[in-house]
Amino acid sequence: MSEAIFEKVAALLASKKGVNRELVTIESSFEELGLDSLDSIELIADLEEEFKVTIPNTELQNIKTIRNAVDGLAKAING
Amino acid sequence: MQNRRVVVTGTGVISAIGKNTAEFWKSVVECRSGIGPYDSPFADQIRFKNGADVKNFDATASIAKGDLDLMDRFAQFAVLAAKEAVHQSGVQFNEENSYRTAVICGTSIGGVHAQEQSYYDLYRENKTRVHPLSIPKTMPNGAASNISMQMGIRGPVYAISTACASSNHAIGNAFWLIRSGVCDQAIAGGSETPFTYTFLKAWEAIRVVAPDTCRPFSKTRQGMILGEGAGMLMLETLKSAQQRGATILGEIIGFGMTSDASHITKPDQLGAERAMSVALKDAAILPEQIDYINAHGTATLVNDTMEIAAVRSVFGAHASQLAISSTKSLHGHALGATSSLEAVATVMALKEGILPPTANFEEKDETCDLDVVPNASRRRNIHFALSNAFAFGGLNAVLAFKKWEGS
Repeated sequence: MSEAIFEKVAALLASKKGVNRELVTIESSFEELGLDSLDSIELIADLEEEFKVTIPNTELQNIKTIRNAVDGLAKAING
Repeated sequence: MQNRRVVVTGTGVISAIGKNTAEFWKSVVECRSGIGPYDSPFADQIRFKNGADVKNFDATASIAKGDLDLMDRFAQFAVLAAKEAVHQSGVQFNEENSYRTAVICGTSIGGVHAQEQSYYDLYRENKTRVHPLSIPKTMPNGAASNISMQMGIRGPVYAISTACASSNHAIGNAFWLIRSGVCDQAIAGGSETPFTYTFLKAWEAIRVVAPDTCRPFSKTRQGMILGEGAGMLMLETLKSAQQRGATILGEIIGFGMTSDASHITKPDQLGAERAMSVALKDAAILPEQIDYINAHGTATLVNDTMEIAAVRSVFGAHASQLAISSTKSLHGHALGATSSLEAVATVMALKEGILPPTANFEEKDETCDLDVVPNASRRRNIHFALSNAFAFGGLNAVLAFKKWEGS
């Protein structure tokens, strides 16, 4: 599941934010990828829509890397 | 021409913690927060459940039915608050003074209830027409224009929209118009009524609203709480107030505004610092003279840490001597109206010698380690105060007030 989420994250970053797919790894931080807090809110909102889940605000503020995002989504999906 | 002194001779309030200044101030002093479940037919579809909306608002006793129909909720709030401020001041508008009086009202979004109803009628109900007064009810100058019509004021009348700094910009502009001699009197403040479904959804989407309540400067803070309301100040020259024998509530002595030019939502510390410094310079006072700051204090992680760092930078060692509190913990973040409510709280704090509290405070945050007046108001005779507003869009506006001590 995590692999599928990661692929979706990378694809969204490429299509919405123009981030080079080759640069995105599970360890990448949003900052390294040139994303600020608003970019990350937009990304998470797109992912929430894609997977039909909601990540609580309290967890959102801790999502600063691709791994955080993938884990946060996996947790929300598995409920 | 020498600058003229500008005093406050009336205040008016509509808020979640009181529908006039006396009720509002009593709630502030008693630290009674107006935050709780908000009324909305769509509340079950919004993730955050609490707000500081104004319950059981009814303007029919104060505004004629025909006039009321011209006004969106935000304009009704503004007119009632303005009537209270003018009534308290004792000013009578006439042929002579009405052209020398301004009305400047801040609002972030204007008449969104009328606008939302139009959308609902067209998109949802498939109607082919909307209410014929949708335009005048929606326009952001609706509040200012209706005040001018209700009171017969014929001088400069306009709206200012700078998001969460709108009211400070409005009051600051009015202060400068009077000080410089363009006008002799002004009604200035702001109003906002943001509890519509689409607007609540928009705040849900941007992820800065707390799930429970507003806890400024507390380590446990989780974001802001939306509020609604209106605050108005009746301003005039010191000379005019003294000639009328009016009761002077306080004095506005400085105004500073800057913009960050950096990020659309993330505040920049330098912009905030400079706005405070410009206000102090405009007031011709030293940082060491400030006893109290009514903070922007939204209770977002980013704002509060930034604001305290900015205060430390501007005030140096004196930062530990002054008190700084956020009354948003009581009346919520009323967006374009919020700094007008905070201006009223600041005027009252100076007048009564009582520091407004920061409600809902739980745990000290090392990055916000100043005297934030946690959970209870406190007696302290204060002489000078600032009221901060730092808006989305990087727009900063700071007012400086002085206690009126008879001269």
